[in-house]
Amino acid sequence: MLGDMLQTAGAYRVADTDILKIQQARIEVQRAGKGAPLLFLHSEDGYELEGGLIGHFAQKYEVFAPRLPGFGKSTLPESIRSMDDIAYLWLDLIDRYGLKGVRVAGFSIGAWLALELATKNPDPFDRLLLSGPLGLKFGGAYDRDIEDIYFHPTDRVRAMRFHDPAADPHADLSGLSKRRALAYAKEREAVAKLFWDPYFHNPSLTHRLNRVRMETLVVAGREDGLTKPVYGRSLARKLPRAKFTGILNAGHFPHVERPAPFLKKADAFLAGRKGF
Amino acid sequence: MDFYHFSEFAWPHLPSDDQFTSMRLNLPSSVYDPKKGADLYNMILDQYVLADELGINCMVNEHHQTATCLNPSGVVPLAIIARQTKNARILILGNPAANLADPIRCAEEMAMIDNISYGRLECGFVRGVPYELFASNRNPTETSERLWDTIELIIKAWMTHNGPFNYEGKWIHKRQVNVWPRPYQQPHPPVWTTGGSDLVHACRTVTKGHTFAMFLTPADRLAKMFKGVRAWCKDNGYEKPADDKFAFMPLVAVGETEKEAREVVEQVFWYVTNNKAEPQHRAPPGYVETSLYADFLTGKFTGGRTDAIRTQGMEYFRENHVAIYGTPDNVASQIRALYGKVGGFGHLIAMFHSGDMDFGTVEKSMSLFAKKVAPQLRDLGTLSKRFGPLRKRRSIKVA
Repeated sequence: MLGDMLQTAGAYRVADTDILKIQQARIEVQRAGKGAPLLFLHSEDGYELEGGLIGHFAQKYEVFAPRLPGFGKSTLPESIRSMDDIAYLWLDLIDRYGLKGVRVAGFSIGAWLALELATKNPDPFDRLLLSGPLGLKFGGAYDRDIEDIYFHPTDRVRAMRFHDPAADPHADLSGLSKRRALAYAKEREAVAKLFWDPYFHNPSLTHRLNRVRMETLVVAGREDGLTKPVYGRSLARKLPRAKFTGILNAGHFPHVERPAPFLKKADAFLAGRKGF
Repeated sequence: MDFYHFSEFAWPHLPSDDQFTSMRLNLPSSVYDPKKGADLYNMILDQYVLADELGINCMVNEHHQTATCLNPSGVVPLAIIARQTKNARILILGNPAANLADPIRCAEEMAMIDNISYGRLECGFVRGVPYELFASNRNPTETSERLWDTIELIIKAWMTHNGPFNYEGKWIHKRQVNVWPRPYQQPHPPVWTTGGSDLVHACRTVTKGHTFAMFLTPADRLAKMFKGVRAWCKDNGYEKPADDKFAFMPLVAVGETEKEAREVVEQVFWYVTNNKAEPQHRAPPGYVETSLYADFLTGKFTGGRTDAIRTQGMEYFRENHVAIYGTPDNVASQIRALYGKVGGFGHLIAMFHSGDMDFGTVEKSMSLFAKKVAPQLRDLGTLSKRFGPLRKRRSIKVA
């Protein structure tokens, strides 16, 4: 649905793909468009890399979309064991391109990565757009802040993540070629390796959020069952300059399920229009 | 060849099949009745005492959050039978090495039990089935590496007798390791591991001088692995491993007649037919091979090996030596045939008990085995000449 809508967006094409050698890793970076830099941080499922979202942003910005370690041509060396490790790679990547005044669009674990980057070095960043963020724990020891995607049957997990399970672009993978299926399986293995425990969060991050001093918009689907909407609100409250917005009839990936209202809010925020 | 008795301490009083989706992980403990359970524990522990009296060794294991196995610690029954048996080798197969919160505590417990049993401990370490990862919260992508790091740390802890050493590895940090007591057996108790289709792991086990065991595996796949290890040793210049480096566990029932044995093995078969689990618990990412996980994601893998064999039935099991049953002579003949097909093995771990079998049924089957089968097979197979890793053969130069 996102892809269909954005097909009409016009003359976008992938300009470049770079492979950067950073520390022990090789990182694939897709670049597109011209304008102020926008760092595009994809989710654990990589939905954002498949649709037209990069193309949409590339109409106004120079988009840098690095693949997480284990995704695409990005390698996952033994030295990368946490989101913390990835953040230092990505800071190097920003230095390598000499980026300043960076807008960030982060999705799910990509939003978590955005927060890790901004707490470690706020200087390069202009503003953060966080869609369905993960990476923090707000509740107590007995609270399940983030539902367990590994424990439950596939259908139930899909219903947690999507308001309409049929909207999951990966709902039916039976047609994948063996090569694509293997690549997808490797990505899922990378996610498990990095985020199994602590489960999709960094216990230290919450104590550092004061350093996220740039304007931030937290977007969450109102019907998100992976994290409750209170999760996004809790994050926005803890950030110095953040606002929260909920999107109706959307689960954990509002940019996938409800692209029109999502992009309306995202574009206005990234453009720095009043009200954000 | 030597022989072990095994029961998995399964909880047999399950709700009707449509009332639950899995025996493992999410079955509420309201299904367990402590009064019946206490009797069950004691009845199975009595089986091990009987095995010892009959000259059969004892094996215990552990699983977590499951009705398939009421031992969330194998150490507890192992400690009990260490005192209650006199002669049997007592095998734990195994300690869940990859999931242990504290491997040094495991080294300590095993050393204690080796002393209490006067050196009868056979100490197994396992990677753990995938279900265990949800109970332990251990990362599925790390288990193979953790298994061997843990085994090597425990062996070093057992063999170090000159005060504390430092260990700061990838997973475990201990700055002052100094295990008391030291094991009774010197240099340390025999070590076992289990495996499926991972030949590298099996070869590593055997070349280090440990015993490699497989459970409920059809004969062709058993042969592929046991012969595969022997071929690898030969190709890489190692001495030939003796048969006692290989072990196999089938379901076993012996009767005075074929009919009686068949009726008993049907009861042991309960373990297979009731072993229900949900697919996602069998395939956490990074535990299974990537290609199998890809099949799971694309909907091509739903049940796995356990479901496949559940549907095959008893005849399939007998033909493939996964279930060995019959009159004493017939059972001895089946074990000899299996020994030949797989290139030899030195330990047969007989699952004599499962489900709601009563003590008398197990007693009769095990007694017939001990008195009429085991004596026919004791001399079968070769023994290692010494303890420790396999030696490299000296190369002979041909002029």
